[in-house]
Amino acid sequence: MQPALAITDLTVAYHDKPVLWDVDLEVPASTLMAIVGPNGAGKTTLIKAALGLVRPAAGQTLFYGRPYREQRRLVGYVPQRGSVDWDFPTSVLDVVMMGRYGSLGWFRRPGKAERQHALAALEKVRMADFATRQISQLSGGQQQRVFLARALVQDAQIYFMDEPFQGVDAVTERAIIDLLRDLRANGKTVIVVHHDLQTVPEYFDQVCLINVRRIASGPVAEVFTEANLRATYGGRIAFLGHAEDDEATPSRTEGMLKGVAD
Amino acid sequence: MSSTMEVQLIAIVVAAACALPGVFLVLRRMAMMSDAISHTVLLGIVLGYFVTRDLASPLLFVGAVATGVLTVSLVEMLTRTNLIKEDAAIGLVFPVLFSIAVILISRYAGNVHLDTDAVLLGELAFAPFDRITWGWLDLPRALLIGSITLVLNLLLIVLLYKELKLATFDVGLAATLGFSPVLVHYGLMTVVSITAVGAFDAVGSILVVALMVAPPAAAYLLTDRLSRMLGLSVVIAVLSAVLGYWFARWFNVAIAGSMAMMTGVAFLLAFLFAPARGIVALGVRRSRQRWEFAQQMLTLHLLNHEGTAEADDECSRNHLSHHLRWQPRFAATVIRLAEQGGLIQCDGMRLMLTDQGRRLAQEASLR
Ligand SMILES: Nc1ncnc2c1ncn2[C@@H]1O[C@H](COP(=O)(O)OP(=O)(O)O)[C@@H](O)[C@H]1O
Ligand SMILES: [Mg+2]
Repeated sequence: MQPALAITDLTVAYHDKPVLWDVDLEVPASTLMAIVGPNGAGKTTLIKAALGLVRPAAGQTLFYGRPYREQRRLVGYVPQRGSVDWDFPTSVLDVVMMGRYGSLGWFRRPGKAERQHALAALEKVRMADFATRQISQLSGGQQQRVFLARALVQDAQIYFMDEPFQGVDAVTERAIIDLLRDLRANGKTVIVVHHDLQTVPEYFDQVCLINVRRIASGPVAEVFTEANLRATYGGRIAFLGHAEDDEATPSRTEGMLKGVAD
Repeated sequence: MSSTMEVQLIAIVVAAACALPGVFLVLRRMAMMSDAISHTVLLGIVLGYFVTRDLASPLLFVGAVATGVLTVSLVEMLTRTNLIKEDAAIGLVFPVLFSIAVILISRYAGNVHLDTDAVLLGELAFAPFDRITWGWLDLPRALLIGSITLVLNLLLIVLLYKELKLATFDVGLAATLGFSPVLVHYGLMTVVSITAVGAFDAVGSILVVALMVAPPAAAYLLTDRLSRMLGLSVVIAVLSAVLGYWFARWFNVAIAGSMAMMTGVAFLLAFLFAPARGIVALGVRRSRQRWEFAQQMLTLHLLNHEGTAEADDECSRNHLSHHLRWQPRFAATVIRLAEQGGLIQCDGMRLMLTDQGRRLAQEASLR
């Protein structure tokens, strides 16, 4: 089957500082993939380059075999929460409706259909009661759910989510992960920048470890190993109970992982 | 139409025309750009004049708009080098372009009608004398230009409301959805330039800046919806213009100056008295929160010592201020408020929780 996303030889540099070096990445359709790596590893940049928001120095990105320009409609994007001004004078419902703007095109105004769509998505993320609130009155977790609802109304095939669990409580995290599983069950592909290494095996099918270069990518069971994590995070990672033996199987890595020191 | 009436009409259309794009400048944190553009357009006018030798040529207008947009891209170019920040870039580009214009005027155009005082302050009082007659039409030029600008701005905002909103709120999403933020940005900057050129002839660049920034900034404090912010900005700008006009008439002072002052007054009023975000409302809310919190602390204290051996002492009206390290006056007020609010009952010196007070304390302890 054709991969949902195929990135080949992607290099991105800001001025002359390379942020991504010759990255290859293939994501099969209907999977949940985590992108992990330390701060400044280029995770956000990878997404932005794939979406044409920054211009790569080399390489190409194909969505179901075709470039982004032709597949815009198939791609949904949930940026990092901090990337917008939450004091902007607008309501929750309005922000969610923005997800429909792409299918409206230039000049056409959103109407009743877009409203219904947005309300249904807010219902799904359990934010319907907040529809008329101003967005500055939301907590971090609520903002994240609004962004998620906005992505849902885009009705895309592939979703990119940049740290959707950042600043979110445990209940919201569960709700979000349930939603992602729903998406996968409907044949969608979701690519998530994720920080909590402990939950990677539980939440995701595939993982991509990245630190300027792509260290490894593939099924979690195969590539989420201690060796790869060390290669990604360098010395800044702590493993528990490391004394026993060196052959860390993926499932054991899960139990041993203590966390990452930034 | 009397000239009093005409001057006010000009002021009204110019005020409304400036306030509309100003809303987006303020929301994009680009208010200072209006300052730069409204000054540098002069260079375009001067250069246009040197080419055409005709102050009425439309080429002057084109040149002015082009310098406005050029200002924006120069500022962006400088900012992109990462060597200086945007505010400094604006502070570099705009005086340079503006002073070139001033030098050119003073050296080569001294005897023409192009003087720098008029650029800064406008000459609204004389605007009715510069008329355009065209068939049955007989209007002050400034009124015609102002009206055209206003209609253009209205049209643009009505047509591109959703695009402007999206590109202002979330550049990334705008780009991924195919609404080129660069196009929207430069479109907006072109409109700001056109508005500045159209307006500054009549009201001067200082008032253009005041009208583009102060009414939207005031409206921002008064509402939390973009559409209402646009409407309120126009209302505030128009009111400031009209009030400013009459203020100038009564005290016999400069018209543009008193209009600009009125926009400042309008902002100050919103800053102080905006219902939710004004300083006064904020102060009231803080003080209420302080007293509510103190009452909560009181109930929690009483709950913790309820039914214990030291309750007589800990819950005594007289010893409370000692135990909680509160000023006696403050403690007395908190007790009075809590009593009035039905949170506690007094049995002689002894303070006791009511059921309502106990519930509040339990809620507080869960936080
Ligand atoms: N607009 C930019 N200009 C210059 N450098 C940038 C820019 N955006 C990101 N960088 C740099 O690129 C590197 C990767 O950033 P990013 O992709 O945001 O990392 P991550 O999302 O993995 O934390 C960082 O070192 C960051 O400082
Ligand atoms: Mg990032």
